Amino acid sequence: MKMAVITFPGSNCDYDLYKAVQQVGGEATFVWHRQRRLHGYDAVMLPGGFSYGDYLRAGAIARLSPVMESVVAFARSGGPVLGVCNGFQILCEAGLLPGALVRNASLRFESRDVHLRVERQDTLFTSEYDAGAVLRVPIAHGDGNYQADDDTLERLEGEGRVVFRYVDPTGTVTPDANPNGSWGNIAGIVSADGNVLGMMPHPERAMESLLGSADGVGVFTSLVKSLSTAAV
Amino acid sequence: MPQDLVTSPLPRPTDPPVTPELVADHGLSPEEYERVLHVMGRELTFTELGVFSAMWSEHCGYKNSRRLLRLLPTEAPWVIQGPGENAGVIDIGDGYALAFKIESHNHPSAVEPYQGAATGVGGILRDIFTMGARPIAVLDSLRFGDLDSPRVRYLFSGVVAGVGDYGNCVGIPNIGGEVAFDRGYEGNPLVNALCIGLMKTEDLITASASGVGNTLMAVGARTGRDGIHGATFASEELSQDSDEASRPQVQVGDPFTEKLLLEASLELIASGAITGIQDMGAAGITSSASEMAGRAGNGVELDVALVPVREPGMTPYEILLSESQERMLVVAEKGQEDEVRRILEKWELEAAVIGRVTDDGRFRVLEGGVVVADIPALPLTQGCPTYEREGVESEEVKALRSADLSAHATPSGDLTELFLRVLGSPNVANKRWIYHQYDTTVRTGTAVRPGGDAGVVRIRGTRRGVAATTDCNGRFTYLDPRRGTLAAMAEAARNLACAGALPTAITNCLNFGNPLKPHIYYQFREAVRAMADACQAFETPVTGGNVSFYNETDGKAVYPTPVIGMVGVVEDVDHITRAAFRNPGDAVVLLGRNSAELGGSEYLYVTAGLVAGEPPEVDLMAERRLQQAVLAMIQAGALHSAHDCSDGGLAVTLAESALGSADPGDASLGVEVTLDDDLPPVAVLFGEAQGRVVVSCAPERLDEVLRLAADHDVPARSIGAVGAPGGALRIRVRGAAVELPGERVRDTWLQGLSGIMDAPHAAGA
Amino acid sequence: MSSHRLEIRVKPRPGLLNPEGKAIHHALAALGWAAVHDVRVGKVIYVDMDADTPDAALVEAEAMCRKILANPVTEDFEISLVAAEGGVPS
Repeated sequence: MKMAVITFPGSNCDYDLYKAVQQVGGEATFVWHRQRRLHGYDAVMLPGGFSYGDYLRAGAIARLSPVMESVVAFARSGGPVLGVCNGFQILCEAGLLPGALVRNASLRFESRDVHLRVERQDTLFTSEYDAGAVLRVPIAHGDGNYQADDDTLERLEGEGRVVFRYVDPTGTVTPDANPNGSWGNIAGIVSADGNVLGMMPHPERAMESLLGSADGVGVFTSLVKSLSTAAV
Repeated sequence: MPQDLVTSPLPRPTDPPVTPELVADHGLSPEEYERVLHVMGRELTFTELGVFSAMWSEHCGYKNSRRLLRLLPTEAPWVIQGPGENAGVIDIGDGYALAFKIESHNHPSAVEPYQGAATGVGGILRDIFTMGARPIAVLDSLRFGDLDSPRVRYLFSGVVAGVGDYGNCVGIPNIGGEVAFDRGYEGNPLVNALCIGLMKTEDLITASASGVGNTLMAVGARTGRDGIHGATFASEELSQDSDEASRPQVQVGDPFTEKLLLEASLELIASGAITGIQDMGAAGITSSASEMAGRAGNGVELDVALVPVREPGMTPYEILLSESQERMLVVAEKGQEDEVRRILEKWELEAAVIGRVTDDGRFRVLEGGVVVADIPALPLTQGCPTYEREGVESEEVKALRSADLSAHATPSGDLTELFLRVLGSPNVANKRWIYHQYDTTVRTGTAVRPGGDAGVVRIRGTRRGVAATTDCNGRFTYLDPRRGTLAAMAEAARNLACAGALPTAITNCLNFGNPLKPHIYYQFREAVRAMADACQAFETPVTGGNVSFYNETDGKAVYPTPVIGMVGVVEDVDHITRAAFRNPGDAVVLLGRNSAELGGSEYLYVTAGLVAGEPPEVDLMAERRLQQAVLAMIQAGALHSAHDCSDGGLAVTLAESALGSADPGDASLGVEVTLDDDLPPVAVLFGEAQGRVVVSCAPERLDEVLRLAADHDVPARSIGAVGAPGGALRIRVRGAAVELPGERVRDTWLQGLSGIMDAPHAAGA
Repeated sequence: MSSHRLEIRVKPRPGLLNPEGKAIHHALAALGWAAVHDVRVGKVIYVDMDADTPDAALVEAEAMCRKILANPVTEDFEISLVAAEGGVPS
C-alpha cells in the first residue's frame, strides 16, 4: 500500500503521518508540494501543520501549490484522500470538501485530548471501528471551527457525511465536549463519493498508549484494509 | 600585520563623530574605552564603536559574570560539548546525543510580550539546530507580577500566546515549564525558554569558521532595523523622522520562515557543504561572524553591501547590529556555494555570499569595497574586561529573613478554608489555561505532557527517553540566595527522579538585577557558588546557559531567579512514572521528613502577603539519596506514582496526585492520609520543606518500598491510602483535619488560574 | 445623538517585519505576479456607534485605537467616517 504524504512548506505533521502509515504496514513517501505528478499511489494524505504559516487563511496558499492539481484529479477519479487538521483546511480551500474551518470560538489555540464518536463505520477510513465507538484523540489547532451555510450543513447531516463528532467520554454530544465551536460538534466529514475525508483531530498522534492513546490506529488500518480489498 | 601598517578606515560622511558622550551612550566606561583604544592603536570609526559596544556589552561579553561562572563544574564523561558553543551537548546512549540550552528574552517581553516571547523561542530553537540537532521539545519558565493587575494579565496572556504561536507553528511540542506570580516581578516579567534537540553523536557540528578562503554566507530572512534602539544612534533614514526614531524597533518573529530555516540548516549540515553555522542572535552579524572567527583563530572579511536587506538606506552600523530574526551565518567550503544555494532555494529561502574567512585574525567590514571597520578578532571576542564586583547582602533582606514567623504557625482560620485558598492561588492552581495553548503532542514523541513533574520525550528506535524540567523558587532565592539556589537544584533533580530519569546535566538562566549594586552582586555570587556545590553533589555539570542582568525598574530589581534547566535520561520507557495516583486502595508513602519551616511559602504569601523567614534547609546528600531511592523503586517496578513536594506544601502535593490530569476521561481519585508529626499543623500541611516525595504503590509492595527507602537511608512511612474515583480528600493532622469532597477540590484547583484569565474583564493593557 | 460608522484601518508599522505580507508576496510571485514588489497585511475594523457629532465619534474611535484596537508598538491606525447603510458590509 503506497501512500503519498504531501509536504508543503510549513507542514509539521508530515513525519507523524509517515510513521503512522509505516506502523500499520503501509509504505509512505514524502511528496514535496512542487512535484506536479502523482503516480502509483494508492492513497494521498495531507498532513497537519502551518503550511505557509497559516498566513492569509489556513490552507489558502497551500491549495494553489503545483501538486494540488494532481491531488484534486486523484480525488475526482475516486482515489482515497485523507486530510488531517491543516490538511482538512486545505481540502476545504481546494473545494474537495464543503464548508470552512475558521478561528476557534475561544479565539485561542486548543491543544488537548478530545473524545470522538465514530458516526459512520462504513467508510474507507473507519471500517475497522465499531459503529458508535468513542475514541480518545489529541487536537492541536487555532482554526478548527467547522462552519458552512445552512444548505450545506443540512445536506451533510442528511446524507450522513459526518464521520466523527466531538462527544464526552460516554459518547454524548455536549457543548462542553466541543473544543472549538464547530457547528453540530463536527470533527470530520467525508465527500459525497466517500473517498475524501477531512478531520481536525490527529489520529496519527493516537497510535501508541505510551503517548496517551492508540485509538487512532483504526483510521490507518481501515484504509490499508480497504485498499487491499479493492486491489483484489 | 603590524598595527602601524594598518590603514585607518576613513569616517563615513553621514556618521556622527565619536565623542566621549557617544561612547558613554554606547555603554562603554572610560576605562573600557581606553582598553579599546589600546587594542586598536587608533581612534574608532562610528561603525567600530557600534561593534565594540555590542561585543563588550553585558549580554555578549558576560563582563560581570564570567569570573564567577568559572566556578561551575562543566565536565563529565557524558558531556560532549560544554559551555562556549551555541548549546551544550550530552551523550545519552545508543549513539544519540542531546543538545540543550535555556535563554532569556526578558526585556523585549516587557515591551511587546507576544513578539518578545515568540522571538525568545525562535532564538533558542536556532541555538539548538545550529549544533546539528533537531529540536524535539521546548519548555518555558515564566515570572509575572500579581494577576490582579490588568497590565500583568496583558503581559501574561501575550507571552503565553507568543510562546504558543511560535512553537506550534514551527512544530515543536511544549513538554513543560513553570510560571510564578509574585509582586517581586511586577515591573519586569521573566521569560526563559529551554529547548532540547536530538542528534546522532557523530553529527555534531561546531560554529567555528575553519578553513581559510572559505565563504561566508548569510541565509534566511533579510536584515532590517529590528532591535536597534534609540534616537542617538540615528541612521540616515531614522534622522529624517524623529517620531520614528523615538520608537523602539521591536523584533518581530516569523515562525514559518524559522521552520524552513530549521529544515534547510539540518540539510546543510548533513550535506557536508559547510564547515560552520551560527545563529545571528544578539548583535546579529557582528557577534556571529566575529565569534566564529575568534573560535577558529582566523579572521573574517565581509561586505555589508552584499547582505540582503529589507529596508532602504541601511548603514553598516545598522546592518551589523540588526537583530532581525530567522537568519543564520554559514561558512561554506570554498566551491560549495552553489550547493548551499540549492538547498536554501529548495526551502524557498535566500542565501547570499557576504564575505570570506581570512588568515589575518581580523574582523574586517567593508561597505561596497570600502573598509569601515577593521578590528583584531580575538581581543574583540575575548578581550572584554571582566569584573569582580563588591557583594554585600542587603540589610532589608537580612531583616526579612530573620522575621519571627511563630504567629503564622497558628492557623488564621479553618484549615480546610486555608487549604482551598492555597490550592486555588494562581501559583499553585492547575495550569492548563497555559498549556492548552501549546501543542504538546506534535512529532509523536511526548510520553509525559505538561502538568506533571517533568516532561518526557521518548527516543524512537531505542528504549530510552529524555526528561526535562525548569525550576526556581524566586522567593527562596530572594530570602537566601544560597539556600534558594540549592533548593532550585534539589527541586529539579527530584522532578526528574519522580519521572523515572537520572539527573544528568544542567543549563541555567540567571535572572538578576543590576550587578553593579553590591546587594545584587551578592545574590549573584552566592547563587553561582551554591549552584556549583549542588552540581558537584548531584554530578550534573553545567553545559551552558544565559545571564540576564538589569531586570529592574525604578531601581527595584526582580527576585534573584537562577532558573535551573535540568535534563535526565530515562533508561527504559517502562520506567516513566507520573504524579497521579492510579488505583483505589494503593498505599500512599511519604519519603523524607516534614518540618516546621514556613519561610518563603505560598501559604505565607496567600494568607499574610508576606515573603519572609528562612527558606527551608537543603541537605544535598540527603537529596541525592532520595533521588536514588525513588529511581530504585521505579526501576524495581514498585511504584504507581511519584510526585515531589514543592509550592504549597504537602497538602497540595497530595491533592495534585489525587486530582491527576483533570482531562475528561481521567477520573480524579480520593485520598485519605494521617500525618501525626509533632509539628504545627499549618507547617505540616503547607510548609515547603525540601527533600520530600509522595509515592503510591500496591499494598503488597509497601514493604519493598519501605525497605528500598531504608537501604538508601531515606526516611519513609506509609501515611494512608488512595481513595475511590471522585472520592473525598481527607488529611488528618494533630488535632485537626482538612476534609473536602473531591468535586470541591477539583473545582478550586481548575478555577484558580483559569477563573482569573477567562473572566470578561481580563484583557487590557 | 446619531449613529456613525467608523472605518478603522490598522496598519503594520513601517520598518517592522510583516511575516504575513512576506508569505503572500511569495505566493503571488509563484502564481506569476512578478510585478509585485512588496505586500503588507493589516486589518480593517468597522465600528458603528452613537455620538453627538461625527467629530465626537472620531475622538472616541481614536481612544479605542489607543486603548485596544491597535498595538502601539507594532501598529499604526487611520480612522475615517463612512456612510452607514444597513449593517456592516459583508
